[in-house]
Amino acid sequence: MIGLNKKDFGLFLIVCFMALAAPILLNPFPVDSAMSDFNAGYPALMQKFAIFGIVVIGFNILFGLTGYLSFGHAAFLGAGSYAAVWMYKLLSFNVIFAIPASIIVAGLLSVVIGHISLRRSGIYFSILTLAFAQMSYALAYSVLTPITNGETGLQVYNNDPQVLMGEGALAEPHLFGLNLNNLTKVQVGGWEFTFEVGYYLCAIFLILAFYMSIRIFRSPFGMMLRAIKSNQNRLNYTGVSPKPYTLAAFIISGLYAGLAGGLMAAMDPLTGAERMFWTESGEIVLMSILGGVGTLIGPILGAGAIEYMSAIVSAITSADLKSWFGWLPDWLETIVIYVLYPFVGKGWHLTLGVVFMLVVIFLPGGLVEGGQRIGKLFSRKKPATAPGGSATPAE
Amino acid sequence: MGILEVKGVNKRFGGLQALGDVNLSVQENTVHAIIGPTGAGKSTLLNCLVGKLIPDSGSVMFDGQSVLGRKPFEINQMGISRVFQTPEIFTDLSVIENVMIPCFAKRDGAFRMHAIESVSSEKGIREQAETMLADVNMLDKRDMHTASLSRGDKRRLEMAMCLVQDPKLLLLDEPTAGMARADTNNTIDLLKEIKEKRNITMAIIEHDMHVVFSMAERITVLAQGTPLVEDTPDNIKGHPKVREAYLGEAQV
Amino acid sequence: MQDIIIQILNGLDKGSAYALIALGLTLIFGTLGVVNFAHGALFLVGAFVAVTMQRILNLSYEVIDESQTDFLGNPLKVDTPYVIGWFGESAGNTLIDWAVPLAIFLAIPVMLIIGFVMERGLIKHFYKRPHADQILVTFGLAIVIGEIVKAFYGANPIQTPAPSSLPRTIDFGTWLGYEANAIVYPTWRLVYFFFSAIIIAGVFAFLQFTTFGMVVRAGMADRETVGLLGINIDKRFTIMFGLAASVAGLAGVMYTPILSPHYNLGMDFLVLSFVVVVVGGMGSLPGAVLAGFLLGILQSFASMNEVKAILPGIDQIIIYLIAIIVLLVRPRGLMGRAGVMED
Repeated sequence: MIGLNKKDFGLFLIVCFMALAAPILLNPFPVDSAMSDFNAGYPALMQKFAIFGIVVIGFNILFGLTGYLSFGHAAFLGAGSYAAVWMYKLLSFNVIFAIPASIIVAGLLSVVIGHISLRRSGIYFSILTLAFAQMSYALAYSVLTPITNGETGLQVYNNDPQVLMGEGALAEPHLFGLNLNNLTKVQVGGWEFTFEVGYYLCAIFLILAFYMSIRIFRSPFGMMLRAIKSNQNRLNYTGVSPKPYTLAAFIISGLYAGLAGGLMAAMDPLTGAERMFWTESGEIVLMSILGGVGTLIGPILGAGAIEYMSAIVSAITSADLKSWFGWLPDWLETIVIYVLYPFVGKGWHLTLGVVFMLVVIFLPGGLVEGGQRIGKLFSRKKPATAPGGSATPAE
Repeated sequence: MGILEVKGVNKRFGGLQALGDVNLSVQENTVHAIIGPTGAGKSTLLNCLVGKLIPDSGSVMFDGQSVLGRKPFEINQMGISRVFQTPEIFTDLSVIENVMIPCFAKRDGAFRMHAIESVSSEKGIREQAETMLADVNMLDKRDMHTASLSRGDKRRLEMAMCLVQDPKLLLLDEPTAGMARADTNNTIDLLKEIKEKRNITMAIIEHDMHVVFSMAERITVLAQGTPLVEDTPDNIKGHPKVREAYLGEAQV
Repeated sequence: MQDIIIQILNGLDKGSAYALIALGLTLIFGTLGVVNFAHGALFLVGAFVAVTMQRILNLSYEVIDESQTDFLGNPLKVDTPYVIGWFGESAGNTLIDWAVPLAIFLAIPVMLIIGFVMERGLIKHFYKRPHADQILVTFGLAIVIGEIVKAFYGANPIQTPAPSSLPRTIDFGTWLGYEANAIVYPTWRLVYFFFSAIIIAGVFAFLQFTTFGMVVRAGMADRETVGLLGINIDKRFTIMFGLAASVAGLAGVMYTPILSPHYNLGMDFLVLSFVVVVVGGMGSLPGAVLAGFLLGILQSFASMNEVKAILPGIDQIIIYLIAIIVLLVRPRGLMGRAGVMED
């Protein structure tokens, strides 16, 4: 089917279904219920799932398949966003210009950074990419102010040329007049589901990105990338030049990040240098590890898990904790809340750090490996198949 | 004219003359062994042939073209394949994939952006790899992970990866180093079988005289970076200079 | 000339901090073969040991002062630090004033213990794992340490002043024969520089002149051989990690008057220190120190207005730019050896 084998096609259908039905699937709790805080089916969060899903899918082609750990991918994300906002400023708010521009600009930047960084491997490569990203951040923050508007951040002003913007055209991002902020709310019993144009744009790109990644994984090119990760020396003596392969992988991951940056600017037409800061790159790395490096579905799981944590855990207050643990004896309640409080709200990064360490230590394969282990527990009799069929490293 | 012609190759590492005026001619369709005591410069010479090192002076011609200044992958594309002392294989990949990669390299050259095609649609390549695996009696292991292969199987696999490219010259760097006698004999049998089936040119760097004398048709003896003699195995056996070079390593 | 001296001096304090962190990173990397992304966090812990020391010395009890009354006419309650109660007004105040230098005595045992625990509890299990895993797990640990600090001390920078009994500035120029006020330099920065110099010298002397140091150096040069000699390296590794942690911690303690510590300080310094290590040459101790000072001083020169007029923003990117150039021109760094981290 569409160039995929049966197993991959099944996985692809699942991802399609999850992406398209996310507004329903992620809102399992009725609006009035106590659990409604845990609903994730609102547009802003779902957009993040999809956008970071795209970044990490691309990153996974570089890190997961090829084994090059980049600590600078936020630079491409930021570059993509800047390019998109510039398209709004120069042409119009139609994202049909902004998104291709963000992909192209990020692609060009990745050619330059990749070409230089890939002269080294291992930790040196990581440090080089980190240095480039920090440089991009510093440049965007101060030196390139005419282009990036420095600290203030780049946004569209009334006196911008916007040459393709006709009379009365929408003054926010749209696709041929379809406002990306349009949304429809559907009430079903106690539940409420929100369907937003912007999210569906992201979801469609996520599906495309995922499809491309399956094709790359299963292609001879993907096999070469895995060979590079496995044994570059042997590959050299097999008549294959690793550099163009690694560069291609680097650029592909840069294009994915650029697309994501463009989508960010499509959801919210402004951007700033902080999108390039190295902690952003670090977060991409975290997502990719948490989900499962080198697996197909891992990036989506990782991006989803971290964005969910950041949205939900960071919104938990001490009052929430009190209401959940109020049934405990007072002294125990005090202890439990004292222990848990640093992990929620503003402290959610602590949760993130702890979870991340536990994953690296005990579950190097990330959530996908975790899923496989659980799957094996339940299906001892049957021959073990990977859930999602994506994680077997060699296939 | 041999297929491989090494003329006047010198290589110094700081104050150490690793290779001094090495001449070597490997004829097509022969098994040519390069022997010599430890430190004689065997590995340095091999590295000069495959592009890992560049000699300070001299020429290395393969099939009428100079290999000097070319990268290892370019030299491989010219038709030289190399077997390492400890098998170098793609440990995260399956056995069949290990063999398919050299097939792709042979067909597509050093780089091709075939990112959309699917590996499973490459029927020709798969068949080629399967035939090769059958040749080295590993077809039943084709879907195994290479990490779980025995050392002997890893060696066979590496050999298959080299042979599937149908090289004009196969370089073997101490293919039996560190092996037990039984494994060594198996490897010798494998090599002989390959030689019979494919009539391939081989250059073997070897320490173990047993291997050398059971296979080689020509032998070059290297000592202190210079070729001492080059002759047939029978003549080498009794050669006084060789005895001298190997004094203390009385395996001859 | 004066300007140049001023810029060099300005670069020294940052350079000292970079050098100290990079030294520890290199010690850990050279001996244990571990890439420690949590090293900046150790610097951070040191800085907060100083903050803690300050707070401990300021722990107070209430004294009712009958001679004064508040606006309601009640006797005034006055907070009196315990140390003043114990040692009297002047000695107590001096102790509080010297909180940062005193914190060194607290930092050494604290950092050693943290170092030992970290190595035994976590790092040890990562010796055989790929460098990427080491980077990732220590990166996670760095986040955790930073967040714990945030949970206890909040997110805002905390002022930890240098002892006020020291003169704020010294007229450095007069030492070199310039007229008065030609080169005025904050005293504490000079203290920091000399402090770093002593620690660096101490580490090198320790490695050079003790048997322990000799084994460690041998281990850095050729790990396998030393292992074959039957020397128990494990224990030495733990001690080395503790030592490197202490160096980072002390660097952090003494840096607090220069930069008020906040929970993200460790990450800021970590990124730069890694660049320093790579520029110096991975695995080379002198390289780490040299590159630390070099980059600190270059950064200070790049922030001169004259330079910025020609190359705007150069001060922001100079370190990264140099790192990129060095890595491409001299892939092993300024003083690196062959074969380190070249898989």
